[in-house]
Amino acid sequence: MSELKLYEVFIRAKSGLNHRHVGSLHASDAQMALLNARDVYTRRKEGVSIWVVEAEHVTASNPEQEHEWFDPAEDKVYRHPTFYPLDKEVENM
Amino acid sequence: MTNSIDNKALYAYLLRLADSSLTMGQRLAEWCGHGPYLEEDVALTNVSLDMIGHANIFYQMAAELSDEAQTADELAFLRDAHQYRNPIITELPKGDFAFTMMKQYFMDTFNFFLYEGLSQSSHEPLALAAQKALMEVKYHLKRSETWLERLSLSTEEASKRIQKALDDLWFYTPELFETDATMNKLFQQGVIGDYGELKKKWDSHVQAHMNHCELNLPETGWVATGGLEGEHSEHLGYMLAEMQFLQRAYPNSQW
Repeated sequence: MSELKLYEVFIRAKSGLNHRHVGSLHASDAQMALLNARDVYTRRKEGVSIWVVEAEHVTASNPEQEHEWFDPAEDKVYRHPTFYPLDKEVENM
Repeated sequence: MTNSIDNKALYAYLLRLADSSLTMGQRLAEWCGHGPYLEEDVALTNVSLDMIGHANIFYQMAAELSDEAQTADELAFLRDAHQYRNPIITELPKGDFAFTMMKQYFMDTFNFFLYEGLSQSSHEPLALAAQKALMEVKYHLKRSETWLERLSLSTEEASKRIQKALDDLWFYTPELFETDATMNKLFQQGVIGDYGELKKKWDSHVQAHMNHCELNLPETGWVATGGLEGEHSEHLGYMLAEMQFLQRAYPNSQW
């Protein structure tokens, strides 16, 4: 068990959608990670495609910097595209 | 074509298929909660349920052919060991993980070529069942094939164990290809494929993979036989006692 690596698992629910992170699992290599992901995360028909990525290859933002990184976006409403009227003919926006 | 098929022969053959899958599934289910780690625990029991599912399909087909209005459940839970027609390899205790995986690899390879052949059966319900099972078996084979590779080419302990599993199991495999008069009849009617051909495909596939995994086939040993006639190892009785207990103690109970 200690020799197994941690893999992050991404599932595409159906064709056309993005792969989404669903969880992680342990495996000795990428091939095993893929097979295990199929059994652990798609046994109830949750997906049509799987990506696995070794967790150590994910570069993540530092949780301690959460406020300085993300809070400044809070009061910048002008970044949202809500300040112009939409033509009635445009249905799906 | 369907009308000319010998129902008795087909019934016996379906039981052989079903009994093989059920005993495999039951042995795999014994890993539930005992897998080497969580992910593999889930995977083993997934395969177990697939195999029990295949057994269920074949039992239902057999039940429809039976004169005595049997149900699939009765066939699975109310027959004794001497009425089971699986080859002995499928009833062997699960052993260690290497033993389970080697057995699984032999059976997955066998089932792959078997169902590939049965997909062309002149008996349409059997062809459809085989096509469905084949889809799942392809995945099972991919799994056991890569596990063999992983175990044999990794640590000394793992390769020692997988070689031991091969030594212990090898002479149980010839029984998989045994045929009898009823099966020959079905072969002539195009219901089942040629078991001689099946053996050739299995042999060449397995030999190649063993070479790839740097495993050595044992040269001599006691060759298992008897399952087709209902002569089993001592292990099947114990397995059925546990598996059938509930249905025998509380007849017709449902959950």
